[in-house]
Amino acid sequence: MSTSLRNNQAVLLAGSAAILLLAGTALAFYWVPNAPLEGFRQRIFYYHVPIALTSYACFGWAAWKALRLLWTREQRYDLESYTAVHMGVIFGILTLVTGSIWARTSWGHWWVWGSRQLVLFLVLFLFYAAYFMLRYSVDPGPRRANLSAVYALFGVALIPVSFLAIRLAADLVHPVVFSHDVGNKLTASQFTTFLVCLAGMLTLAGTLYRNELTGKRVDARLRELREALE
Amino acid sequence: MSSAEKYATAAYLVVLAVVLLYVVLYAFKLARLEREVAELAELAQRRRAA
Amino acid sequence: MRYFGDVAALARKDLLLELRSRDTLPAMLLFVLSTLVVFHFALPAETSETAETGLLWVALLFTALLGLVRAFVAEREQRVLDGLVLAPCDRSAIWLGKGIGVVAFLVLAEVVALPAYALFFGPVGWELVVAVALADIGLAAVGTLLAAMAAASRARELLLPLLFLPLVIPVVVGGVGASVSAHPGRYLAFLGLYDAVFAILSWASFEYVVTE
Repeated sequence: MSTSLRNNQAVLLAGSAAILLLAGTALAFYWVPNAPLEGFRQRIFYYHVPIALTSYACFGWAAWKALRLLWTREQRYDLESYTAVHMGVIFGILTLVTGSIWARTSWGHWWVWGSRQLVLFLVLFLFYAAYFMLRYSVDPGPRRANLSAVYALFGVALIPVSFLAIRLAADLVHPVVFSHDVGNKLTASQFTTFLVCLAGMLTLAGTLYRNELTGKRVDARLRELREALE
Repeated sequence: MSSAEKYATAAYLVVLAVVLLYVVLYAFKLARLEREVAELAELAQRRRAA
Repeated sequence: MRYFGDVAALARKDLLLELRSRDTLPAMLLFVLSTLVVFHFALPAETSETAETGLLWVALLFTALLGLVRAFVAEREQRVLDGLVLAPCDRSAIWLGKGIGVVAFLVLAEVVALPAYALFFGPVGWELVVAVALADIGLAAVGTLLAAMAAASRARELLLPLLFLPLVIPVVVGGVGASVSAHPGRYLAFLGLYDAVFAILSWASFEYVVTE
């Protein structure tokens, strides 16, 4: 893809992210009415859940790129997979933080083991943090690319398995399951706001991903240039 | 502002803070890239002169 | 079939090596016993059966880690892994052969650990034994692959626990659940699912872990 076309796409993506996210936030604060039971604090939902879904999307994207790497052996997929994991972890941390704030305001504690989503993200965070440890302790090259790709694939397999495990664990360790009373009956305005915020978060992740990838590519090319000139 | 409003707003602000932090870190990275380009341009200049 | 011949040869090699050098297995046995004794001192007097079972699983997990850390040490030190990879066998046979060896070590360690647990703490039901057997497969499948990854890194023994622990959290859930819950079947089925998913994934991707 030519550089200029890529640059235009990047600008379009960034612009869309800005518009969608601003619109979504405005809707979440000004338009949508208070949730009947939870009240004002329920509005955290409009950021927290889109961020969580975006995190999953990033990990899924990373696994897709990892698969492409193992399939075609083209090294550029390694950089793309790594960047996607990086974005996934950033959004994962945001999920944990917003989820923690929501837990604090809903149930009084900054952490509740009974919240399935929080625990799942904690496990995933540990898993993908180890991804970075893996990358730092292997010398750059096709070997590191392969290891990272296999690990990224294990990650997406872990997501549903962990989800199931945490669900089962709830029966033994925490009979009281903390969950927010949303998702089942969303009104039209709530759903619209949610969708706009979701689109905004996804495009934001896409923008950050694009920027990060460009930066890494420029880094690599500068290194090549330096070697050519010295 | 009620307590619930404070927490809800805090959640949104945290997200904004993290994105802005990313922007700051990226500014550092761009500065470094610019410096490297300048160095390499000088190297190339020297090469051409020699 | 050539494939299973290769697997058998590799597994037999590991077991014979261990029989001659006798370093990993005794260490695992002693480790699991010491850990159980430490747990006795670490737990308060009126500990529930659930807590004690949970700690047994923690002990098993760390004993598995101990064994796995050693899994590829010999290969790496004598560059045997390069030789194996160059050999005209399917690379996944290396994983299977090594994995069978790991399962064997785990089973031998548990033959000592479970009676010790029954002696020190409480009775061991059939559900616990089945759960342990199923867990061994999952731990060995995932652990062998991750051990090969760690062997390729500079951090080695430091890296393996970091990679291993998040991935085997579901095994702990399944194992403890099967041991203490009123519906062990659900948890045993879950362990089976974990084994199937991760064994297939490990088998298919081992090739990429040991080659460039």
